[in-house]
Amino acid sequence: MYEQIAFYLFSVLTIGLFLVTVLSKNILYSMTSLAAGMVMISGFFFILGADFLGVVQLIVYVGAVMALYAFAMMFFDASRDVKEKNANGAWVFLLGGMIALMLVIVFSAPIYSENIQAIYPSIPGATNPQSVGLVLFTKYLIPFEVAAVMLLVAMIAGIILAGKKMDQSLTTEDDSVATEVISQEDEK
Amino acid sequence: MEIVNVAVLPEVTSAGVIIKAIIILAIISAIAGFGTYLERKVLAFMQRRLGPMHVGPYGLLQIAADGIKLFTKEDIVPQNANKLIFKIAPTITAATAFIALAAVPVFPDFTIPEWIPLLGGVFVPSIAADINIGILFILGMMAAGLYGPLLAGMAQANKWGIIGSARTAIQFLSYEVVTGLSILAPIMLVGSLSLVDFNNYQSGGFGSWMMWQQPVAFILFLIAGFAETNRTPFDLLEHEAEIVSGYATEYSGMRWGMFFIGEYANMITVSVLAAVVFMGGYNDLGFVAGWLIVVLKIAFVFFLMLWVRASWPHIRPDQLMWLCWKVLMPIAVINVVITGFVMMV
Repeated sequence: MYEQIAFYLFSVLTIGLFLVTVLSKNILYSMTSLAAGMVMISGFFFILGADFLGVVQLIVYVGAVMALYAFAMMFFDASRDVKEKNANGAWVFLLGGMIALMLVIVFSAPIYSENIQAIYPSIPGATNPQSVGLVLFTKYLIPFEVAAVMLLVAMIAGIILAGKKMDQSLTTEDDSVATEVISQEDEK
Repeated sequence: MEIVNVAVLPEVTSAGVIIKAIIILAIISAIAGFGTYLERKVLAFMQRRLGPMHVGPYGLLQIAADGIKLFTKEDIVPQNANKLIFKIAPTITAATAFIALAAVPVFPDFTIPEWIPLLGGVFVPSIAADINIGILFILGMMAAGLYGPLLAGMAQANKWGIIGSARTAIQFLSYEVVTGLSILAPIMLVGSLSLVDFNNYQSGGFGSWMMWQQPVAFILFLIAGFAETNRTPFDLLEHEAEIVSGYATEYSGMRWGMFFIGEYANMITVSVLAAVVFMGGYNDLGFVAGWLIVVLKIAFVFFLMLWVRASWPHIRPDQLMWLCWKVLMPIAVINVVITGFVMMV
């Protein structure tokens, strides 16, 4: 019974919070509700007994991805509403609705199918992280490695983009250099 | 908190868990208040002062005076602030700090005596939610705690606030990496994410403590823990001389108090993690009982935070980032790699 109560609580909260994310015109409201919705999604993993994935959801989406969004949001004025340009409301409604319908059909079709079988059933006795690791490092090793290389490439590219002035520090230089740098940046 | 056979342990009921949650909330909040008194006293003695002396004997009632002040202070919400988010933000800090404590063994198991009406005979577990990925859950919850300061700074329509919250985001995101990587090496050795397994791994007495096997990881974890709980060498989030009070600039009364309680609860969480993961946990040490030794260890790590605060000045933001990404993170990665090689050979 607890599971059912928790499930309905989490589903209502998730849908409500994501609705706020989409419908709100205020950056702060959208961001907060998106982050809170991610927390609620991790609740589903806990209900399903996938503790590890639930915590990964917390750490990755709430702790890292959303925090980076939030960091980008600091460049906006959070107290003002965003003016959205919705030229073709009908088209947006139609396309959005059709995509949503398609997703619902795709994901709910297997419910009515009789012969669903897990291709890689979890090994009995293995804990959560162990079963994730087993599948990840045997069957999905190559995608895993490719993803790792992609992340490495992205990281190096980020360092190169940001790294030109990395060793330059206004606090360690004397004042004449600092004012020069500031005036240069003002000219830009 | 002796290691009891699983079969002997009474069943954990929902009543027991609820009682445990209330105990954690009540006692940790009280300790947070008492912690300020201890902090002021310890700092005062280290700086050859007396600290709070006027309210009550030896200044002990200072906590009560501070509490009354916090509760009765006028609650101010700035005019241009985003009122809803401004009010939610402090609760996020406090709530995540206490949720993290749910997966931490805080006090020993006990059974409420039978003669107490209504609740007699209820078994209260030492961990409120004994999930087998305890460490990750605590780290994840502490990561989510970032939103308190972040939203507070962005909602209050104050330049100091937003600078403070930007610093929070940078500092927490960066040092989370170091915390995770430093604790990864002990996780590899133990082969489990459960705090109970960590405790059992170190049951062989003083010599089997994780800090002797993983001294580098221990030091890295302490440094990163200081940064994540906003302790002094890294207390740039609300450094008064630079950014007024950072994300807490516009807060007053109990809303500020919630940030404060959350911060102290996080200090306790980090102390417990250090004690259980690296310092032998709640195993008996010689003739000293396990529950006493773990309280002493937690108190020592807490004291260490105050000690460091009295000893070192705070560092500059660029030094903070330099320390994290150019010093601590590479050391943590090398430590993990070496641990892996040693385990394979």
